[in-house]
Amino acid sequence: MNLGPLHLCLCFSSVLFCIGLVGALSRSSSILVLLGVELMLNAANINFIAFWRYSPANSPALGVVFVLFSIAVAAAEAAVGLALVIAVYRHRRSIRLQDVNELKG
Amino acid sequence: MSLPVHLLWLVPALPLTAAGVAALTPRSGRRLAAGAAITAMALAFLVSCGALASALADPARHLVHNFTWFDLGSGAVPLGWLLDPLTAFMCVMVTFVALLIFIFSTGYMSEDANFARFFCFLSLFAAAMLGLLVANSLLLLFICWELVGLASYLLIGFWFHKPEAAAAAKKAFITTRIGDLGFLLGLLWLNDATGTLLFFDGGHGVLESGALTALTAQTTVGGLAVSSAIGLLLFCGAVGKSGQFPLHVWLPDAMEGPTPVSALIHAATMVAAGVFLIARIYPLMEADQALPYVPLHALTVVATIGAITALMGAVIAVAQNDIKRILAFSTVSQLGYMMLALGVGSWVAAIFHLLTHAFFKALLFLGAGSVIHAAHHEQDVRRLGGLASHLRITFATFAIGMMALAGVPFLFSGFWSKEAILHAAHAWPVSHLPMIAGLIAVVLTAFYMTRLVAEAFFGTARSNAAEHAHENPPAMTIPLILLATVAILVGFLGTPAFPWLQARLRGEVAVHGHSLTEGAGLMALSIVLVAVGIGAGWAIYGRRPRKSASAQDPLAAKAPRLFAALTNRLGCDELYAATLGRLGEALASFSDVMDRVFWSGVVRLTARVGEFVGWVNRDTDENVINGGFDQTSGGLRKTAHAYSHAQTGDAHGYLRGLAIGFVIVALALMLGGMRQ
Repeated sequence: MNLGPLHLCLCFSSVLFCIGLVGALSRSSSILVLLGVELMLNAANINFIAFWRYSPANSPALGVVFVLFSIAVAAAEAAVGLALVIAVYRHRRSIRLQDVNELKG
Repeated sequence: MSLPVHLLWLVPALPLTAAGVAALTPRSGRRLAAGAAITAMALAFLVSCGALASALADPARHLVHNFTWFDLGSGAVPLGWLLDPLTAFMCVMVTFVALLIFIFSTGYMSEDANFARFFCFLSLFAAAMLGLLVANSLLLLFICWELVGLASYLLIGFWFHKPEAAAAAKKAFITTRIGDLGFLLGLLWLNDATGTLLFFDGGHGVLESGALTALTAQTTVGGLAVSSAIGLLLFCGAVGKSGQFPLHVWLPDAMEGPTPVSALIHAATMVAAGVFLIARIYPLMEADQALPYVPLHALTVVATIGAITALMGAVIAVAQNDIKRILAFSTVSQLGYMMLALGVGSWVAAIFHLLTHAFFKALLFLGAGSVIHAAHHEQDVRRLGGLASHLRITFATFAIGMMALAGVPFLFSGFWSKEAILHAAHAWPVSHLPMIAGLIAVVLTAFYMTRLVAEAFFGTARSNAAEHAHENPPAMTIPLILLATVAILVGFLGTPAFPWLQARLRGEVAVHGHSLTEGAGLMALSIVLVAVGIGAGWAIYGRRPRKSASAQDPLAAKAPRLFAALTNRLGCDELYAATLGRLGEALASFSDVMDRVFWSGVVRLTARVGEFVGWVNRDTDENVINGGFDQTSGGLRKTAHAYSHAQTGDAHGYLRGLAIGFVIVALALMLGGMRQ
């Protein structure tokens, strides 16, 4: 099996994504779930960089710029997520996801 | 001073205004109501005199002023005013008589609480009557004709708290309505046949040669010319309004109204409207005379009815005891004379008699009113008597009226007009029976009028009321004197030696008098007959006056059954009650049964069907439609509820779902990629 640098990068990002997924699914603290989600996002970012770096017709800095945008959006999203966590905490004195389950049918 | 024809509407409009004023006057405004009525009538009299002046300026012409009442689709309904000597003489007569009767009424009705209402009705009547006279359209004439009937109804029933007055008003209204049905049918037929109802319209009117030629050219059932058929239908209206046999029954009962009403409406003016109508449409009535082959001439019917009425009225009047009833039957008889004159072809004589009769009969009725007022509403001649010494003016004027009606020769107007009619009847080629009926009526008229005067004014007073009678105020006596004067003078307008009135009515300027010796035999005969009548009357009632109110009438002693039959008015009312009244009652009870059994059943059945349909509707609504919607929405709700359980609110669950989905997608892609 011939493993090139692209495959290694993809294996790495897959591992990172799985770690993030397991983290998001197994932790009960909202903040840690958010951490897991961020890990999965960054796995996707690594994929962007890897495909840009090892693709045959690469254009200058395209993948980097794309990832920079993605990080900016992720940062804004993390800010919203953390604000929600704080709002939930003020109401319930808890940030356990199992406790915040009232929005249901 | 003459009046242009387009201002002729002033004549009826003035009393109409007065009627409006009187209608808006409260009960206390007696002077205002009476003043307005009398002023308006005096002005209308002056305007009528002006109209007469302009009509006499050119008597042969029919001055007309037509206008459109309203447009109706493609056509229009025209109305118009007509001024010719006939209209003008009638207007002057009506306004003059009405004026005097209005003045008389201020005295006669002075104690009545509804004085203002009385003058309102009187003015309304005068307006309608004058409108009838000036109309140039049969439609306008018909409208006014009905208004006159309405006013008559209101005035006969003026004392409606008396049951007899209310019944008499109804009887008058319904009986004349029978005749008016014929009038209406004739009017519609005429409109259908000629397309217009204007009398004179520059050659297109119904009384002008074009329309008359068209009407005589067609025939209808039984070979009757259309003009005769229409004429006879219109004559039905005249029979009803003018109290002709067989519709005369309402007129004697109409005497339940106040006496000035009897004088104005049921003696002088309204009842003459039928005669006026026939005189007005005379060209139509006589249009069939030129046709040799028709089975019946319209005028023959008119003459027959007139002769029967003249004779019958005079016969019945002999045996009446109520002073107003005697005069009422005398009116019936005299109207019969006028119809007779129309029928035998002399409408001029009819109008002459109409005018003289209006004056002397109004005089007689007002005289009777004066007697009744003075004798505290005692109307029975058997309970009067000896009034000549108490009521000198009334007696003198009443005697003049009586002599005019009886036809006392030379001085009195009734003589000349009656002579004119008898001469016309004598010259009638068809038959001499109308003349014979007229001559018999002459004797009877003289007889019953002598009886009336002898019983009421001579002998001794037979009741307290008659004993304590005293002369009435000038408001009542002055009209009597004026009417008595005119009742004498108006006859000289139409004597055979100088027939000015007749010539003007015919539209001639020159007056061709003829010698009195011409036809003197007939005149002498009628003078003898008058003398016989008066002599017999005086011999029976004057020389041996009645001793007490309950004493038997001398004629009743001689022929009790005949006298009783005459007192009962020959049983006409009973006959109508037994036939037409029964028929009406039978129809009414049949309708009642139909109503209760048949129609009521139909109505109930319909109601049941409706109820059933409603029940079915409600059931369907509740069970089918409502149930269907309920089930559908219940199902939707359940499904939604089931789906909503998927939303647990557990964020880990959602993530887990996403992850599993992701894994499945990833596996599918990988396995698909490997297969390639």
